[in-house]
Amino acid sequence: MNLHEFLSPPQESAKRSGPHDRIVMSSRVRLARNLKGLPFPGWAKKPDRIRTCNAIRTAVETLPQMQGAYSDSMENFSALDRQILVERHLISREHAARNAGSGLVLSHDESLCVMINEEDHLRMQSLLPGFQLTEAWCAIDAVDSALEQRLEYAFSPQLGYLTACPTNLGTGIRVSAMLHLPALVMADQVNPIIQAVNKLGLAVRGLYGEGTEALGNVFQVSNQMTLGESEKAILERLSKVVHQIIEHEENARRALLDKKPRMIYNHVGRAYGILANAHSISSKETMNLLSLFRLGVDLGLFPGSHRALVGELFLVTQPAHLQLRFTEKLPPEERDINRADMMRQALQTVNRPVIPSPDTGPLDKPPAP
Amino acid sequence: MLCMVCKKNEAKVHLTQMIEGKVKKLDLCEECSKAKGIDDPTGFSLADLLMGLGASEELVSDREEAALSCPTCGFTQADFKKSGRLGCPDCYRTFAEGLESLLKSMHKGIQHAGKIPGSPRPEAQAAQNRLQALQQRLTEAIAVENYEEAARLRDQIKTLKNAGGDATTA
Repeated sequence: MNLHEFLSPPQESAKRSGPHDRIVMSSRVRLARNLKGLPFPGWAKKPDRIRTCNAIRTAVETLPQMQGAYSDSMENFSALDRQILVERHLISREHAARNAGSGLVLSHDESLCVMINEEDHLRMQSLLPGFQLTEAWCAIDAVDSALEQRLEYAFSPQLGYLTACPTNLGTGIRVSAMLHLPALVMADQVNPIIQAVNKLGLAVRGLYGEGTEALGNVFQVSNQMTLGESEKAILERLSKVVHQIIEHEENARRALLDKKPRMIYNHVGRAYGILANAHSISSKETMNLLSLFRLGVDLGLFPGSHRALVGELFLVTQPAHLQLRFTEKLPPEERDINRADMMRQALQTVNRPVIPSPDTGPLDKPPAP
Repeated sequence: MLCMVCKKNEAKVHLTQMIEGKVKKLDLCEECSKAKGIDDPTGFSLADLLMGLGASEELVSDREEAALSCPTCGFTQADFKKSGRLGCPDCYRTFAEGLESLLKSMHKGIQHAGKIPGSPRPEAQAAQNRLQALQQRLTEAIAVENYEEAARLRDQIKTLKNAGGDATTA
């Protein structure tokens, strides 16, 4: 079975839903682990890396959670496969650049993913739709506990789990939530919130993690510090902050609809107009407009259930997913044309936004999720 | 404004981040930001960068430490300066001294407070449950003024707590 047969099709994966998924797109918990007495991947010689990778892969593949998993060495993934995995948030960009001596084990339902010999010997993550940080932690904690029976981790009672980069030391945990915050961006309130979140020792990043921009009004909030605090304390702090951001975003949506409904209708209507009629569109513009389309769906401006369609379009319009539909390699200009063709096609089934008539007053409440 | 790294070119990349409640600012020119991997989204964080700068200062001030290499993997402090990553788990022992202040600046504390591998967790949970049951009984005993029973329970709780403490520090 190749990777494309293994991965669920975008229209299926876009149907996955979870609590608070109007705003929280996904929840992720990642753990970094290393094996005792062995050099970290960045410093190990290639034969050592290959040996370690094979040993770890065997240990991971035989976990009960990994029954029916997809497992391979990184050199067997094409450039396109790697990009697809990045677009699905299953591997890091850093891991996508690795070759022999690094590996990947992906669970059948794609919720558990173990990167072998990325920056650390093991980077394992649990990725769930919506706001499910605790569930994600429990899932990956179980994988970790099962693996520690099979592998001897590098651990120090004082410094905790030892990692290649001192920033991950201790718990080796990175808890993150991906948030869609269009109203906060529109109301110019997102920067103060980012600053407040930073003050709590949490980081706010763009769509693809460290160093990436917040395309499509999507932000990732994650913990920075990993040593000196328990997993539970980190998880609780992040959950609290995410709850507050959800509230702020909901308030901003209500306030905008209340005070500046025309501005929202204008943004959403223009986004729909361009997406449904463009003949060439970049992936960046697509993402920003899809974010507004999604906001319109959330606010009930597009009657009918289009939520999954937005999610699907978000995925299939990204460069690698788009390229996947064509056998020959497309230059960027042609990709933009094909992207626009696909978008017009997809939006044929979606009617233009319905704006509440003035005499019924402004739409003051988003529909119940 | 000049670049903080090469101190020659005009700084064009400006980074601000809150670390441990303190504002850390960094101003770099385009070349240095590229060299530091800031334009490369794979694994940049300001903490790494500040750490790299700190490490380079230490190198200049202390040549002896620069010559230190890890007996397990041969990694040196100069390698650390270059990559911001360590060579192997044992490096944490080799470079313990130089790392301490760095760890203090980037983390909440320098004592691990999380999960411990191989800890007999079902047993720890059982001990926790027993402790709660004893405390409940103690409250009840005090409520009915059964001080003899209360004293006995208090001692049991104390023993159990001590045993738990030993297990976590071992």
